[in-house]
Amino acid sequence: MIEVSHLSKTFGAFRALNDVSLRIPDGKLVALLGPSGSGKTTLLRILAGLDHADSGHVHLNGLNAANLQTRDRRVGFVFQHYALFRHMSVAENVAFGLKVRKGANKLTKAEIADRVARLLDLVHLSGLAPRYPSQLSGGQRQRVALARALAVEPRLLLLDEPFGALDAQVRKDLRRWLRQLHDDMGLTSVFVTHDQEEALELADEVVVMSKGRIEQIGSPADIYDNPASPFVFQFLGNANRLDATIRDGIAHVAHWRTAATGLADGKGIAFIRPHEIDIDPHGRDATIRHHVVLGPTVRLDLRLDGDVHAEAVIDRDSHARLRLEPGQQVGLTARRIVVFAQD
Amino acid sequence: MAASKPKVIPGFSVTLGVTLAYLSLVVLIPLAALIAKAAGMSATQWLATLGDSRVLASFRLSFGGAAIAASVNGVFGLLVAWVLVRYRFPGRKIIDALIDLPFALPTAVAGIALTALYAPNGWIGHLLPFKVAFTPLGAIIAMIFIGLPFVVRTIEPVLQDVDRELEEAATSLGASRSQTFVRVILPAIAPALLTGISLAFARAVGEYGSIIFIAGNLPGFSEIAPLLIVTKLEQYDYVGATAIACLMLAASFALLLAINLLQKWNRQRRGAAS
Amino acid sequence: MNRDPLLIRWLLIALAIGFLLLFLALPLAAVLTEALRKGVLAYWHSLGGDDTLASIRLTLIVAAIAVPLNMVFGLTASWAIAKFDFAGKAWLVSLIDLPFSVSPVISGLIYVLLFGAQGILGPWLIAHDLKIIFAIPGIVLATLFVTFPFVARELIPLMEEQGRDEEEAALTLGAGGFRTFWAVTLPNVKWGLLYGVLLCNARAMGEFGAVSVVSGHIRGLTNTMPLHVEILYNEYDFVGAFAVASLLALLALVTLVAKTALAWWHRAELGATAGH
Repeated sequence: MIEVSHLSKTFGAFRALNDVSLRIPDGKLVALLGPSGSGKTTLLRILAGLDHADSGHVHLNGLNAANLQTRDRRVGFVFQHYALFRHMSVAENVAFGLKVRKGANKLTKAEIADRVARLLDLVHLSGLAPRYPSQLSGGQRQRVALARALAVEPRLLLLDEPFGALDAQVRKDLRRWLRQLHDDMGLTSVFVTHDQEEALELADEVVVMSKGRIEQIGSPADIYDNPASPFVFQFLGNANRLDATIRDGIAHVAHWRTAATGLADGKGIAFIRPHEIDIDPHGRDATIRHHVVLGPTVRLDLRLDGDVHAEAVIDRDSHARLRLEPGQQVGLTARRIVVFAQD
Repeated sequence: MAASKPKVIPGFSVTLGVTLAYLSLVVLIPLAALIAKAAGMSATQWLATLGDSRVLASFRLSFGGAAIAASVNGVFGLLVAWVLVRYRFPGRKIIDALIDLPFALPTAVAGIALTALYAPNGWIGHLLPFKVAFTPLGAIIAMIFIGLPFVVRTIEPVLQDVDRELEEAATSLGASRSQTFVRVILPAIAPALLTGISLAFARAVGEYGSIIFIAGNLPGFSEIAPLLIVTKLEQYDYVGATAIACLMLAASFALLLAINLLQKWNRQRRGAAS
Repeated sequence: MNRDPLLIRWLLIALAIGFLLLFLALPLAAVLTEALRKGVLAYWHSLGGDDTLASIRLTLIVAAIAVPLNMVFGLTASWAIAKFDFAGKAWLVSLIDLPFSVSPVISGLIYVLLFGAQGILGPWLIAHDLKIIFAIPGIVLATLFVTFPFVARELIPLMEEQGRDEEEAALTLGAGGFRTFWAVTLPNVKWGLLYGVLLCNARAMGEFGAVSVVSGHIRGLTNTMPLHVEILYNEYDFVGAFAVASLLALLALVTLVAKTALAWWHRAELGATAGH
């Protein structure tokens, strides 16, 4: 169990973390999701003991981390650019954490070799033990970094943008494999990412951060379905952002009306996901300006009354069946509209 | 100086402490001794030394000669850098390595070697209708020798960076070869060229070992300022030596400042280009 | 790779090579020719003199003290500067470079003003029968001063370029400070360190001006090789002067070859400043 309470950290005039509190239960795979500058990497580095907070506390399994140095935390850290020791071979990299052990925990050479072999097997790199980091591909380096971090049998695995520097296909494979590894080894893991798809696919729990604050914590489905703020809604995928007027608990958005319980009268902001708009070829709510085919789907650029622009995404079959053409008028139904008060 | 926050990587206070202590012991405190000595000197003592015609003549040679040598190095250093960067020819790599010879060759060795070449009966000296060794010209020859690598080594990386597309763009816009050089290439390398010339100048002003053999050291004629410091020291005239040294030190610091500003300009140029 | 007309190209190459021959190759050739002017036997004979051997010994001793000290300093300073952020860092870097912009003669003078008979600490040193100026400690100090920046200025940009990730990774894996330095940092900068040490050593053995001021030129006692060259030369023992000079020239050539070889094979591990 990791408990973070009221952490704050500034770099010069920049507030990297602003009163952040968080609990991470054992065994979970948690994503810290946010744009660059949101404080997610700073939080990860503080958990590892690589940075110190200006105020606030971190407790690792009930122990105040302020009394634990980085080397005593038993934290596995995978760096964004891997930080492999460039003059050591793959096997030496993985063995490093075992070789530096002292006292009663010291391992014999044979034990270290055995452990390294098993770890390299685990990350499917057995054949590459004598290679040097410069001779590896990005995905291989990533796996060496992971094996090296796992060698010290960490209680907590921390990963900084673990897939950031990899190309799309490798990234997908590694994601699935990391999830598997996490489950098999019974780790508690925290990874930082700016990619919402990665966070939603991989994590048990997603922590959305912005400007040094936590915007929302929840399961992927939860934060997708019930975003707590306009920021979270927009960050978790494409969204049409429309002006709304709220009167007597009803929000008026373009030609739609939707319940806005609990919101005061006045101006508001409404969000509609493009794929949650249904098209009726016989209506006259909007005009199709363009359509763009994107693989299995089609994106329609729409002009609503009052020169308001919106996007809808429908599948290719529907598009063909409805025989939609640019310039045509269509009816629009929104399956879901989320309204926030003007901020 | 130290920050209040504990550092994560260990060893900060120890390494910074050792660095500052060693820097103070070897560099700062001895330099402070010079300043302290100078601060205790009266205006008349200063004037007696610095107003002396022999001292003035030595400054003229050290600074004037260094200016001439730096200019010569500016021209030939640019030429050498240009040839080494832009052309491929047999022996290029050996010549490139040889450029650093003046950095590596002890100055006393350079001094007697140049003297052997330029003395009236030397390899080069006997070919020339005028005297080089034992005149101010000899001092300038030595200054050119020790200053050359500064110019070449400062220009080389910048010249390598000059975008070929930039030149091709200029040519495609109708610029002639010389126009391209003067208007496109020269402005791009100007900060580096000036930095190199300043470095060569600064080195030549303070140079001692290679010059004293070839210059002949005639007071008021071919005697350089650093030699005069040594002479004054040998005569136990510490005041005189200190006065000359202080003036030279002030000049070096002014140059250092100018060079730092030039390098900043140079970095901006290079940063903007890429 | 270029479209300068052939004529211009060869003219420029010829001019550049001519200039370099005149100013670099010819002096080197002169040293060897003059040293061997009276034959190999005279050359060997002049190198075997007691005073010459003493000067060689002293030069080696001075370098053996000054180079390791400045090497340790260079490593310490670059660790503090490259691995940490602190106020005044830019100033510290400028101060480390300071000795490069001080005339060698002034580098010697400051120690005379501090430790000489009329210097600030002179009376105290005399009272305690300690001799620094006109003795080996003074020569070592002056050499330390002029070779002070060599290793540090090679390592600082290199370590800054390499960042702190690997050190941080070592810490998360349980390594302590010394272990991290020996196993991670030092191997990463070993070629840069060697490069700096080479240049530092060449200067330490070849320094003339600064050492000349503090040495007192006592034959067989406080004469380093460069100073011995001067003495022999002034005594019109040209073969002797050029013979000792040829050893120093050899040192310079070996340094150049080693430095060039390093730059060829390990350019990537030398950092941006290598080649200067």
